[in-house]
Amino acid sequence: MAGFDNEKRTGPMGLYLRPTELSSAIAELAARPRTIVAGGTDFYPARVGRTIDVDILDITAIAALRGIRDEGDHFRIGATTSWSEILTAPLPPCFDALKLAAREVGGQQIQNAGTICGNLCNASPAADGVPPLLALGAAVEVQGTAGPRTMPLDAFILGPRRVRRAVDELVTAVLVPKPAARNAGHFLKLGARRYLVISIVMAAACLEADAAGVVTRARVAIGACSPVAQRLEALEEALLGKDIGGGLGSVVTPDHFVHLTPIDDVRATRAYRLEAAATVVSRLLDEVAGRL
Amino acid sequence: MNDIPTLPGTLLTLNGREVRVTAPGITRLADVLRDELGLTGTKIGCNAGDCGACTVLVDNRQVCACLTPVGQVAGREVTTVEGLAEQPVFAKLQAAFHRHLATQCGICTPGMLMAAADLLARDSTPDQSSVEDALGGVLCRCTGYQNIVAAVMDASRDVEAPAAPEAGQALGARALKVDGPERLNGRARFGADGIPPDASWLRVIRSPHARARFRIGDLEPLRRAHPGLELVLTAADVPKNGYGIYPDIKDQPVLAQSVVRFRGEAVLALVGPRAVVERIAEDDIPVRYELESPVIGTEAAMQAGASLVQSDKPGNFLVQGRVSTGDVAAALADCTAVAHGTFDTAFVEHAYIEPEAGYARRVDDRIEIFATTQTPYMDRDEVASILRIDPTQVRIVPTACGGGFGGKLDLSVQPLIALAAWKTGRTVACVYSRPESMMASTKRHPAHIEARFGADAKGKLQAAVVDAIFNTGAYASWGPTVANRVPVHAMGPYYVPNVATLGRAYLTNEPVAGAFRGFGVPQAAIAHETMMDDLAERLGMDRLVIRRRNALRVGNVTATGQKLEASCGLVACIDALAKKWKAALDAATEFNATATRTRRGVGIGCMWYGIGNTALSNPSAMRVGLGRDGVVTFYNGCADIGQGTTTTMLQVVADAVGLPMSAFRYVMGDTDLTLDAGKSSASRQAFVSGKASELAGRDLRANILALVGATEPAKLSLEGWRLRVTDEQGDHVVDLTTLDPNSHGDVVEGTGRFDPPTTPLDENGQGTPYATYAFAAQMAEVEVDLELGTTKVLRVIAAHDVGRALNPQQVEGQIHGGIAQGLGLALMEEYLAGKTENLHDYLIPTVGDMPEIETILIEDREPLGPGGAKGVGEPALIPTPPAILGAIRHATGVRITAVPVLPHRLRAAIAAKPTKV
Ligand SMILES: Cc1cc2nc3c(=O)[nH]c(=O)nc-3n(C[C@H](O)[C@H](O)[C@H](O)COP(=O)(O)OP(=O)(O)OC[C@H]3O[C@@H](n4cnc5c(N)ncnc54)[C@H](O)[C@@H]3O)c2cc1C
Ligand code: FES
Ligand code: FES
Repeated sequence: MAGFDNEKRTGPMGLYLRPTELSSAIAELAARPRTIVAGGTDFYPARVGRTIDVDILDITAIAALRGIRDEGDHFRIGATTSWSEILTAPLPPCFDALKLAAREVGGQQIQNAGTICGNLCNASPAADGVPPLLALGAAVEVQGTAGPRTMPLDAFILGPRRVRRAVDELVTAVLVPKPAARNAGHFLKLGARRYLVISIVMAAACLEADAAGVVTRARVAIGACSPVAQRLEALEEALLGKDIGGGLGSVVTPDHFVHLTPIDDVRATRAYRLEAAATVVSRLLDEVAGRL
Repeated sequence: MNDIPTLPGTLLTLNGREVRVTAPGITRLADVLRDELGLTGTKIGCNAGDCGACTVLVDNRQVCACLTPVGQVAGREVTTVEGLAEQPVFAKLQAAFHRHLATQCGICTPGMLMAAADLLARDSTPDQSSVEDALGGVLCRCTGYQNIVAAVMDASRDVEAPAAPEAGQALGARALKVDGPERLNGRARFGADGIPPDASWLRVIRSPHARARFRIGDLEPLRRAHPGLELVLTAADVPKNGYGIYPDIKDQPVLAQSVVRFRGEAVLALVGPRAVVERIAEDDIPVRYELESPVIGTEAAMQAGASLVQSDKPGNFLVQGRVSTGDVAAALADCTAVAHGTFDTAFVEHAYIEPEAGYARRVDDRIEIFATTQTPYMDRDEVASILRIDPTQVRIVPTACGGGFGGKLDLSVQPLIALAAWKTGRTVACVYSRPESMMASTKRHPAHIEARFGADAKGKLQAAVVDAIFNTGAYASWGPTVANRVPVHAMGPYYVPNVATLGRAYLTNEPVAGAFRGFGVPQAAIAHETMMDDLAERLGMDRLVIRRRNALRVGNVTATGQKLEASCGLVACIDALAKKWKAALDAATEFNATATRTRRGVGIGCMWYGIGNTALSNPSAMRVGLGRDGVVTFYNGCADIGQGTTTTMLQVVADAVGLPMSAFRYVMGDTDLTLDAGKSSASRQAFVSGKASELAGRDLRANILALVGATEPAKLSLEGWRLRVTDEQGDHVVDLTTLDPNSHGDVVEGTGRFDPPTTPLDENGQGTPYATYAFAAQMAEVEVDLELGTTKVLRVIAAHDVGRALNPQQVEGQIHGGIAQGLGLALMEEYLAGKTENLHDYLIPTVGDMPEIETILIEDREPLGPGGAKGVGEPALIPTPPAILGAIRHATGVRITAVPVLPHRLRAAIAAKPTKV
């Protein structure tokens, strides 16, 4: 497909470029600052009733940025892969955590347009993509003129709306290591209504076990309880070596959540979030144990 | 750069045809469709992805057109509602929507259809849960989703549309919505849809502060920086800068005059080409605010020495109403059981999916306004008053209205566009953004209600005392209506010999509270129904039985001293629930015996509702005329806001004339053509305007018979422009083209007027405030997650005495929608100025939040009503919150005293309970 280019400044709107090649996108970013647009599902809602006068780089025509590829020891999820594409991709069971999150991002309209890296770059404390990707041990690949660099997801997201990306870089992919043979994942979201709801609390877990049913690796993450979603490392440690037979929810104790700093807002109180976090994580672990 | 530069613009396939559009690539697809291509079937409800009204298909998958850069659809296939009917499978979907009455106001319908089309292309016989998943991103505020889901599941079937009712059979028939098809093909024109392309745009600048003094600085620099700017309106430009519902309370300025009293109040308006006014940054507008500390909440407003919201309203007191009969103190002293409680409710947003919109143009010395409204004639008179011109100089032409629920009874865009058009001579349009709509429009009154009810040992109510304090926000709006209506209803639909009820409204620096489905009665019902549950508990009685024992019956005298002469179907409603109630209680007990972290419960709510204005005249007048072309025109003055009066009034008039509905065309609400049918509010249209329609139809019929010298019994028929009347003497045939038409082009006319018989209330609230009352009982079954405090409403059974269902399908639709809004009020809706001014922080129920609904219609005929009809619009919502709260209480033991019952609130209450469940 030919690229879209209306680089003439007409009227109040900014410039808009939609290249098909990654190299031209990177060159363009190096030449002048541009606001990146992928699915637009965070971009437009932040601009209701305002004229859009910034210069735009629309990255959705770049084929190299889209889709999921098996790259040996890991999967590469291209930056502009939509939630709907993730939902239908053939992936190991631990990715259920990500798929279940994908099903809960907005409604199907949002899932068809919204992208995985848009979710990460927007860096909302309630971004549903972050806990599952933390639980999957994902890394983020960023590229500028100097070439690609990779960092763990928790090093990428610095705070609400803040990520480790220079203005002349774009995020090109999420890299997820392959799990051990016996693995399972799950995601639970708590909101005040069924669809289209910002999470009050959400949590994801990806577990691996040996043939005897003993947990060999555990990653559990929780969102909307701190500026950035957090791994629950003490809990993860407690899970190691546990037998999945009797469910794992009972492993959860309140001290696994002491490092969280939830807030009071229109959706819920701080105290409720803390308590609900433990409830949700406990149910989540029982479910994952059942799936392992 | 190795990308090939292309022609400017975007080439796409739209509804099967290639089109090139020139808007910049980042322009929202929704704007391109509507503004550049004129395809206004795609609606904009929020521009933020929250409502789904803009849903279209891109390469056969649903997306929000408001979130899609037009540059992204280059080379792709876009399908909009306008293109849907071209594909046979989707034409069937539209037919199913029509058959199932899956559209009420119709503003969500295009989005619903597109979301469903995406699913149906992949799965032609989807199950309920995949339908819900597919429609989860589209909000509907009218239908309660029930009929929409049914229509999608039924879309693959080839079903003939039911035949239209024959002459004389229309009233009471499930006649399909006559204005349905245009809502299903995108052709209906809502407030923002018919704006002429050359219209100037009006943008309102609103106060970000709840209370401040302000000064507008020098506007010259702004004008110089934006040479296209045609006009800047300030308070000084408004001839009479005050309006309000009541003739004697015109307290709300069109544009604030040196003080702002709520966040969102209009301060100034910019007029000019759309691109010019939209680009102006708020910071460039020289308004300087001096902040003052706002009065928030009625408790603060009522405090001695509280600062005044309006300087001429001492104590911030607006108005009160009361009803008093018997001796409550003595009666309470004798009661076996006395219940007492205080209850609090929140501001609730109407959240119609269509934001306020319209345009005005000056035609010589008249002004014409095309806007979304519930009340054309009140708009006319109010705009005339503001412009200081004669009401005959104002014409209101209501557009299709994308939901009202009371919120479009107050003025919105009308005065400013009228003023700007009047001054400039240009056509001037204004379309509110979603946040603007939420900030500027009225809300449901928050209430603080104290109630004390007493009963004897048999459970017979002896006394009811209610003090209801309403927060009416910064201006009066409909505050007096609420304060007067609530005392009449606050004891509930029960016979109570000793009553003292009080409704008071106070001003605060909060959103203006106005009319919202029920005028305060839903808030009061939460209190009186909790009292009934309390008394049942104290007396060890069943909750349904105690209500039945006290239910108002024919012959009872109400607390206002009105003897109920007919049409009191509450006992019948309760009896219709009785068996299901017992079964549900048993089922809940059984479920709870083994449940671990969840509990089920069942609750019941009853209500009554006076139809029409409280103790005030509220006439309706209708006209119907036979044209020379042999078509009858029904000049229907009811603003159809989705509730279906365009269809139901036609059913009434058609039967009264004695011709089939197909012989008619209609005009809706145009003040130049119709008579004044009053407001679409207070559930009055079916009863009041319905009666006027019946009388108008009969009048036309009588005039036709007189014209040809025929006598009843007679049969009318129209054959082209020939009218045939057959009576006992035989056929009388008239060639209509030979008759002289009147100013409307009609050769025979009929008019009808009805004003329900009421009397003013005296100082004790004694009198006949309403001519008739609707009654209802609903039961709800819920499941509560005890650990998380979340509530799922499983089922609602709604029994409503509507007198006579003019159209049972429409009545059911109203009930479904009322239940959805009642559920929202009970469980999730709370408007907080500055915090929930959008549809993702302010939550209304989605398709997945709805219970299964069963409706039962009781038709205890009202002798005064058309064919026996009363009304159902507001009654539908009132019993739902108390039924849900009662069910939560049954499930958890938590007695709820504040809504909404958000999960964290319920969880805290469960945790605080002394005995663990
Ligand atoms: C109605 C609605 C409901 C929603 N519900 C949810 C929900 O339930 N859960 C949830 O988590 N989110 C939700 N969202 C938010 C949003 O849909 C998701 O965050 C989505 O994944 C964002 O992706 P996008 O491609 O649309 O982002 P865009 O809007 O295109 O971009 C978002 C931000 O990221 C930047 N960006 C995007 N891609 C890149 C890149 N590759 N490199 C560098 N910067 C980039 C953009 O510049 C922008 O600042 C909802 C949104 C809406 C409108
Ligand atoms: S207008 Fe697009 S989702 Fe509301
Ligand atoms: S019919 Fe759905 S919003 Fe009115």
